[in-house]
Amino acid sequence: MPTSAQPASKPVLSARALCKNFGGIKATQSVDLDIFSGDRHALIGPNGAGKTTLINLLTGVLTPSSGKIELLGEDISHLAPHLRVQRGLVRTFQINQLFMSMTPFETLTFVVSKQRGLSSKWWSRLGQDQGVLDKVHQLLEQFHLSDVAHQAAKRLSYGKQRLLEIAIALACEPKVLLLDEPVAGVPAGERDELLATVDQLPSDVSILLIEHDMDLVFSFAKQMTVLVNGGVLCSGEPSAIAKDERVKEVYLGHSAVRGVPHE
Amino acid sequence: MNSPWTLSDVLAHHKMRWWEYLGVLFALACPWLFSSHAMMLNEIAITALFAVSLDLILGYSGVVSLGHAAFFGWGAYSAGLFAKHINNDPLVGLLFSLVSSGVLGGICSLTILRGSDLTRLMVTLGVSLIGFELANRLSGLTGGADGLQGVLMGPVLGKFEFDLTGQVACIYSVVVALLVMVVLRRLVHSPFGASLMTVRDNRLRAMAIGVSVSKSLMVIYAVSAAVAGLSGALLAQTTGFASLDVFSFERSADVMLMLVIGGVGWLYGGVIGAMVFKLIQDQLSSLTPQYWMFWIGLLLVVLVLVGRDRFLAPFKGGRS
Repeated sequence: MPTSAQPASKPVLSARALCKNFGGIKATQSVDLDIFSGDRHALIGPNGAGKTTLINLLTGVLTPSSGKIELLGEDISHLAPHLRVQRGLVRTFQINQLFMSMTPFETLTFVVSKQRGLSSKWWSRLGQDQGVLDKVHQLLEQFHLSDVAHQAAKRLSYGKQRLLEIAIALACEPKVLLLDEPVAGVPAGERDELLATVDQLPSDVSILLIEHDMDLVFSFAKQMTVLVNGGVLCSGEPSAIAKDERVKEVYLGHSAVRGVPHE
Repeated sequence: MNSPWTLSDVLAHHKMRWWEYLGVLFALACPWLFSSHAMMLNEIAITALFAVSLDLILGYSGVVSLGHAAFFGWGAYSAGLFAKHINNDPLVGLLFSLVSSGVLGGICSLTILRGSDLTRLMVTLGVSLIGFELANRLSGLTGGADGLQGVLMGPVLGKFEFDLTGQVACIYSVVVALLVMVVLRRLVHSPFGASLMTVRDNRLRAMAIGVSVSKSLMVIYAVSAAVAGLSGALLAQTTGFASLDVFSFERSADVMLMLVIGGVGWLYGGVIGAMVFKLIQDQLSSLTPQYWMFWIGLLLVVLVLVGRDRFLAPFKGGRS
């Protein structure tokens, strides 16, 4: 059980009885979710299970019909998206959302400046701060972007764009990072670089991973939550989930090929 | 250059290039080089500044507007009225127009925060039409269709009287425009400038990195309106006159055309566009007074189809 591992600590991010209705459709049904400090938590579920809706609720793109979301003990259920980011809840996107005319250097320099409260300065130059530059260099190294630091994002290979996508989120200094299918669509040649980078994300950042790729999920996650028809089917450690008959049924019922590995 | 930049690289990157210095020198020399065309030069400087103000929202922030003349017009009338009724010192008047246009822009920015590009085109057009009809209707104050007459400006800095040849006016406009350009150049290369670009490139992601999209847009819209108002004020002050055409739809449309000619999102596009547009207008309208818009139309079609970037790429730092 997720809570028994750390009974004393409070979750960094928690959802309680979260519901979202679109007209008559219950896209999210009474979801409870707890992300603890340093967690590697995977959210899986067949297509249409409501993963995207749940992410949109957590990040503030949608407002819940009922229920509550807490970040570090603060109720953020109705907070604007950018204010949630400022409090440490950051996401990446399944489809790259980059600033295409800006270079990785410019993008990350801006994000880091923003983190340090320099983003509304209009008389100093972007990057005119040694502390910011040091951090940007470290991020560019960490995400293998140094070589392409000065190329417009639209000119980067897809794998590099994917790295930049995650680098931007990490530059926001998240406490909780929502990774939405980080390796989706990345060609085989660039995949290992990306996987290694995801694997080496700082351990103090709690990560919620939304992913279809079961190899990645089972190698990465310490906790899992399975979402079906907008509700939580079950949650727990990967080994327990892998043995769960209901999960097998859901996945075999929907796509027999993508089976859950047997222990 | 493949490695990430150090602090000195950053500073070097933002330094003025040789051709920028050349441009400044040329602009300063113009009032003397072409002193017989001073009024024309004056108009180009003013129009260029107006075009640059539109570039701030169109090119840097991705906000389309078909009614930017609203702020130009406001600036012109406010400067004219201020000189007529309160104080005829040009610089004090400029400051008044700058601030009041900025405030107006800040208020109007509320209308462009939501909706699509089409909504923005219509809303901005609507605001400029309101301005036009207000100036038309309040004839007791503005002179209505006859225009605001009898604006007598004092000398610039208490020394230089606006003369009939227009040379002082021209120098005045060029210097003010250059000073504003220096400030705006700083602004667009600053962290705040980068925040505008994130909003322009990807509003969804800008929000997802914690940028307050509305706040950024409101600030830049106010700044853009202030600069537009300033250029309008220059026109009213240097010609001693303000007529309804400062609010006209043609003015808003022309200035967008200039940006298309010169290129959006790099400040100098407005300047080049205004120069090309005004010179072509001047030449062609003396040849074919009625049909000169034909050639502008043709130029526009060719430019958009061929792609201006191919000609100007070397000047844009190599990443257009």
